[in-house]
Amino acid sequence: MPDSTAVAEAPAVTRPGAAPAARRTRKPGHLPVHLILLIGALLMVLPFVWELVTSLKTYHEAISVPPTLWPHEFAWSNYSKVLGQIPFGSMFLNSVLLTLGRTAGQLVTCSLAGYVFARLRFPGRGILFAAYLSVLMIPGQLLLIPQYDIMQGLHWLNSIQAVVVPGMFSAFGTFLLRQFFLSMPDEIEEAARLDGAGPVRVFWNVMLPLARPGLVALGLITMLWSWNDLLWPLIVNTDTDKMPLSAGLATLQGQYSTDFGVLMAGALMASAPMIIAFVFLQRHFIKGIALSAGKG
Amino acid sequence: MVSQVRGMRKRRAGVRSAPAYRGDKRWAYLLLLPSFAGLVLFYLWPAVKTLYLSFTNVGPFGGSTWTGLSNYTALVHDDKFVRSMVNTVLYAGVVVVVGIPLAIAIAALLNTSGLRGKTFYRTLYFLPVVTMPAAVGMVWQWLYNGDYGLINYLLSVVGIGGPRWLTTAPLALFAIAVVGIWMGLGNNIIILLAGLQGIPKELYEAADVDGASRFTQFRKITVPMLSPSIFFVTVLSVINTLQVFDLLFLMMSKTNPALPETETIVYLFYERAFVDNQRGAAAAVSFVLFVLMLIITAVQFRLQRKWVHYA
Repeated sequence: MPDSTAVAEAPAVTRPGAAPAARRTRKPGHLPVHLILLIGALLMVLPFVWELVTSLKTYHEAISVPPTLWPHEFAWSNYSKVLGQIPFGSMFLNSVLLTLGRTAGQLVTCSLAGYVFARLRFPGRGILFAAYLSVLMIPGQLLLIPQYDIMQGLHWLNSIQAVVVPGMFSAFGTFLLRQFFLSMPDEIEEAARLDGAGPVRVFWNVMLPLARPGLVALGLITMLWSWNDLLWPLIVNTDTDKMPLSAGLATLQGQYSTDFGVLMAGALMASAPMIIAFVFLQRHFIKGIALSAGKG
Repeated sequence: MVSQVRGMRKRRAGVRSAPAYRGDKRWAYLLLLPSFAGLVLFYLWPAVKTLYLSFTNVGPFGGSTWTGLSNYTALVHDDKFVRSMVNTVLYAGVVVVVGIPLAIAIAALLNTSGLRGKTFYRTLYFLPVVTMPAAVGMVWQWLYNGDYGLINYLLSVVGIGGPRWLTTAPLALFAIAVVGIWMGLGNNIIILLAGLQGIPKELYEAADVDGASRFTQFRKITVPMLSPSIFFVTVLSVINTLQVFDLLFLMMSKTNPALPETETIVYLFYERAFVDNQRGAAAAVSFVLFVLMLIITAVQFRLQRKWVHYA
């Protein structure tokens, strides 16, 4: 990572005349760069700050003109109103189960399939892989009507499995992990094979540990997309008790369309878990995105 | 990124001599089964089914009758649909044309050698990417609020009477596009930064020796060397923005007078399929979007020869 070197390179803050000339020529005027980046960063963060500030204002204070920059008295009740108005607890649990279920499912199915495509030879490999690639190009909404019909046929509407099961498979994840398994040196596999290991042992003992960065990347991206997914849960789980938080927010908005303090409290509570996860696992998140580069 | 993947493939192609071990075949099918079964059930079969449905009229209880191309011909005369196509392409256009140069500029600034606080900036720019789009929609709806919103308040401070952003017809689409740009910026920056870090420093050093200005260096070295990443980011952004739904759903209520001029294809699809229960017609809508995406992506791949340099 370039960051650590950047810190090492940059001399302690300028004392104009004192810095050695060589050092000074190295960073010719970073000030304008910082200025632009800071303005941009401010624009990125301001909506979050305003969300937080508003979430602590009473109804009347939130709509006072001119707006107060800081709440006069903290209206913590906005947060309890969210809890009271929508079944936040069960929605939160649904979001957690949805996210964990999809992530675990994809890690299993995609790593197996990725390994098979990268490392095993069998008749029909080319055609099967082409099928995966073609799925990569299909936009999600094209599949929604038949997927809904399947859920209805299984009597899964308004259930946790409806939001989990279809998300446990991914052509994208398979492709991503296949790239990882492909890049592993043949020698390691051959050594294990000579010791008499079969494909399953090779997968479990040799390949999977080596593919950890890929698994982490896929896991985090799947987590993020699952937690934030709106359209599919909105369609299959219409009972508020069975909704994840994303769909729950839409419900909250329907009920509290003008009480902005409550709405902001809800928005903050729903998005906080991923933001916190990001702050702690930042490096991994960013690596995951750089590796796979989104699909929103 | 794209070039990396290519390189990887090329390398493999040479070495692809991995011996076939006896008994692997059965294991291959067995290990592939869970993934493939899911893929067929939830992806391949539904895709075929949607194509079929788009040629039928689906009754209220699920029975469907073949109606040929009538769903598609109806779309041609369907003002709401045509409007949603225009809206979607306009939205995608604005987000890509404004968002990507912005991302390039910020990524290039972040790549300044010896710059302190890179991690700090990267974190802040990336924050919207990890935030739930539904929550983002709610927050920006509040910021855009005509009477009490922060944006109009700040405008009033400098003496400008702000408009009603989300309920005024042509404006609302652009207001939402701003949110789309804001949300996607971090993602694009990360991918472009990875590309920037792959550009050899010697090129800049040589240009320094030749006395090229920083702007010339940016134009003659950075942009061409970065073009594979720029291409990649553009293709992805177009695909993503053409499918925009979450933001709209949270920011534009059904009674919003500006909705017809803002409604995107996926929003229209959602309404027809799951609110109005016109499954066949909705299937046709989603298929048209798919074809539109394929065409735009194909055109981009064709045009890349003119401007993308693969080292």
